[in-house]
Amino acid sequence: MDFQLTEEQREFRHVVHEFVAKELKPLARHTDESGEFNWTAVKKMGPLGLLGLEVPEEYGGAAVDAISAAIAIEELGWGCGSTALAISAHNGLALGPIVKYGTEAQKQEWLPPLATGKGKLGCLSLTEPGAGSDLQGGVRTTAVKEGDSWIIDGQKMWMTNASISDLMVVLVRTDPGGGSRSLSHILVPTNTPGITVAPAEKKMGLKGSPTHAVTFDEVRVPLSNLLGTEGRGLQQTLATLDSGRVGIGALAVGLGQAAYEAAIKYAHERETFGQPIKRHQAVQWMLADAATELQAARLMVYWAAWLKGLGKPYTKEAAMAKLFATEVSERVCRNAIQVHGGYGYSAEFEVERLYRDTRLMTIGEGTSEIQRLVIARHILDL
Amino acid sequence: MKVVVCIKQTPSTTAVLTVDTGGNVKWDDPGGKPNVLNPWDEYAVEEGIRLKENHGATDVIVLTAGSEESQEALKTSLAMGCTAAILVSDAAFSGSDTTGTARILAAAINKVGGVDIAVFGKQAIDGDTGLTPMQVARKLGWTPLTYVSAIKEVGGGKITVERLLDDGKETVTANLPVVISVVKEINEPRYPSLMGIRKASRAEIPTWGAGDLAVAGGAGAAASKVDWSNIYAIPPRVGSVEMITADTVEEQARILADKLFEEKVI
Repeated sequence: MDFQLTEEQREFRHVVHEFVAKELKPLARHTDESGEFNWTAVKKMGPLGLLGLEVPEEYGGAAVDAISAAIAIEELGWGCGSTALAISAHNGLALGPIVKYGTEAQKQEWLPPLATGKGKLGCLSLTEPGAGSDLQGGVRTTAVKEGDSWIIDGQKMWMTNASISDLMVVLVRTDPGGGSRSLSHILVPTNTPGITVAPAEKKMGLKGSPTHAVTFDEVRVPLSNLLGTEGRGLQQTLATLDSGRVGIGALAVGLGQAAYEAAIKYAHERETFGQPIKRHQAVQWMLADAATELQAARLMVYWAAWLKGLGKPYTKEAAMAKLFATEVSERVCRNAIQVHGGYGYSAEFEVERLYRDTRLMTIGEGTSEIQRLVIARHILDL
Repeated sequence: MKVVVCIKQTPSTTAVLTVDTGGNVKWDDPGGKPNVLNPWDEYAVEEGIRLKENHGATDVIVLTAGSEESQEALKTSLAMGCTAAILVSDAAFSGSDTTGTARILAAAINKVGGVDIAVFGKQAIDGDTGLTPMQVARKLGWTPLTYVSAIKEVGGGKITVERLLDDGKETVTANLPVVISVVKEINEPRYPSLMGIRKASRAEIPTWGAGDLAVAGGAGAAASKVDWSNIYAIPPRVGSVEMITADTVEEQARILADKLFEEKVI
């Protein structure tokens, strides 16, 4: 056992932390309040390597190990939840499946511009009005072969990054017969005629990360845009979500860390009954619990990432890490508001935003309940 | 064209420094790394890399004189895009003043050989003297171009730069080789890339000692003209508060104004 990060990983953390402290954190409130995506910072992420974390170097990526990728998302979450979610989705959900399942031609075409920040971002399109975690039976968006093209029709929901992406990885039904081999992934450039991106959804938090409903009306793309194997879309999606869950777990740890740091700072400054509130046991216990649980959550996220990096199965561990880290983050952010008292409820203080932002983490990429289902299936042989 | 960027590792800008009664200085930065690449030198490293990207420099060698720990700042520079790094480190050089450091750096630049431009940040945030670039130029016998805010042209054995001075800007042309010191207006330093960090962490950095260099004129504590015999923490400022009491606000204001006149504040 070795709980030390390598020198390289420590340096990654330092550089990303410095970048986030300068380029994201000071603008996080504005990003949330205005709903404007922080393109200025994201454009600077390309040369740094943050837009192609696990993309091989020959395609312009940073090719960092899975733990370093988790650290990067954690640090982004510490600075700005909205931007972190967009970058996590871009890396894990859009580029991840292209790296894993793409043909050489697809990789050559899409990875260099997306990984280096020369273009916009990428996104994954799964959820539909009637299909969330029940993708196998629920997906109604279809792709039908016609000559040398796929014709895509249907409607998707909750698509993170849809309006700020050049490319969508779309889950479609290619076999109307249904079953676990009836879905496929198709690469769809966002400027393809027939795509309508609805205005950004109004949300509780993460307002600087645009989420959209998207309609596909006779969208025509070449047959060569099939990603991976026809009929294996469900399996490819589940594998992609394993990786995405490590990212969401890391993001939640970052949000929780930011709330914890804000609470620690406030506990030193604020005085009640003639002494700083850090002297009150009620406050001490909340902060001690936060420190403990955040550390445990962080270790679980790194553990899942470590297994992923080794190429070992990590579905259960990713679900455990996501479940635990996101629920810890929610608790830590909740208690950070409690430590701040009335001021914590004010939008003037960072913890109010962090609490709203972290609320999604127990929902997106599989709710806590779905994570428990995944874990239960593994431990009970269901 | 060969470029050398001279850098220094310094305490971070957010490091907390303490001085004990024996005059020993310690520092730490609980929120980050205690030592960093001197922030002014980030501009020098960036400009060195731009000389490669925009003006055809073949080598951008980052050079420092310091302890083994200074490797970290060299690796940061490599991660940003410098092509090679050299550490000059020897117990015999410890305690050098700026003149001694300039002699060491000049000897190292001569050993590199064929250097056309030596780039410096305008000063280091610890010593804050701003002397070293000029002294190195003097030791090398090269033209010093200080406070450079833009490199306009490099070619035909000449360099044209813009200098940012107190009373304005001036554009000057000099024959190569030159020593330049840069100001922050010259560029926006890039962040070290994740790819660069990986390459830098695997880089072997050669260390040159006193035996490798012909340092003319001496260096190290014995040759230093600067006396560091009395190092102490700055005593905290002592002040007092006097609350002015009177029956009316007008009276309080009058008393306050009188006192301010008395103290020659207004």
